[in-house]
Amino acid sequence: MKLFAIILIGILAGFVVWGTNDLPERGDPTSPASTGVSTYYIENAYTDSKTPNMVTAVLADYRGFDTFGEAVVVVAAGLSCLLILLRRRRREDGTEGGLFSQADAEKAARMAAGEGLYGDGT
Amino acid sequence: MTSRFESVFLYVVARAMVPLIQVFAFYVITHGHYSPGGGFQGGVMLAASIILLRVSMGDESYDRFPREAGIVIAGFGALAFALLGFMSMLFGGNFLEYALAVPGMSADELRYWGIFFAEVFIGFLVWGALVAIYDALETGGVE
Repeated sequence: MKLFAIILIGILAGFVVWGTNDLPERGDPTSPASTGVSTYYIENAYTDSKTPNMVTAVLADYRGFDTFGEAVVVVAAGLSCLLILLRRRRREDGTEGGLFSQADAEKAARMAAGEGLYGDGT
Repeated sequence: MTSRFESVFLYVVARAMVPLIQVFAFYVITHGHYSPGGGFQGGVMLAASIILLRVSMGDESYDRFPREAGIVIAGFGALAFALLGFMSMLFGGNFLEYALAVPGMSADELRYWGIFFAEVFIGFLVWGALVAIYDALETGGVE
């Protein structure tokens, strides 16, 4: 089994090395990465936004929507950490407080007691 | 965390380093136009300074930066960034098209300030979110 894995990794690594033959030369002006919008950014980033740092201009202006999505992902990660790890507050009557409402808890208790959702066995 | 470590060195060095880290973080955020850096990097540095306070001072740090503050700052950053994007839509532009955000200013100047405020809001957002994640992992969030 170990030998099989080694052979498989070797074959896949061979495919990767074979695939590098089709990559463009380093600094090739006719490569796809250099013929698209990047020429426009390099030529016009400063005159468009008076920002000497081209990377910042692309990040926050030309690709602002992408950056906005990235930022919202960070906030969503923080929120979900809070939601998962939140220590539940105890209510004054001693019941466990938390993320679910009282009605949800009663519904769950009815279902657990085999009474069905509406208390009549349905 | 129950109490701060009984180490004078850690306490003194951390208290001396935190303001320097924060000043450098603001430098990184506001100089995103001219040098490597920007909102994400500077926000991480701000969060690191708060986490250094948490590690070195223990419960005392909650008086200076309460548990709830993290997610509030993150929400403020995200909301302000979204409103910045919607500003230009009032005047017929697209989402986040800074060039139309304020009538009467030149387009390149508006884009300059749009990038600046976007970086600042991203900094707030990353700062708050990372501190909130640390507090949630450490203490179980709010109380």
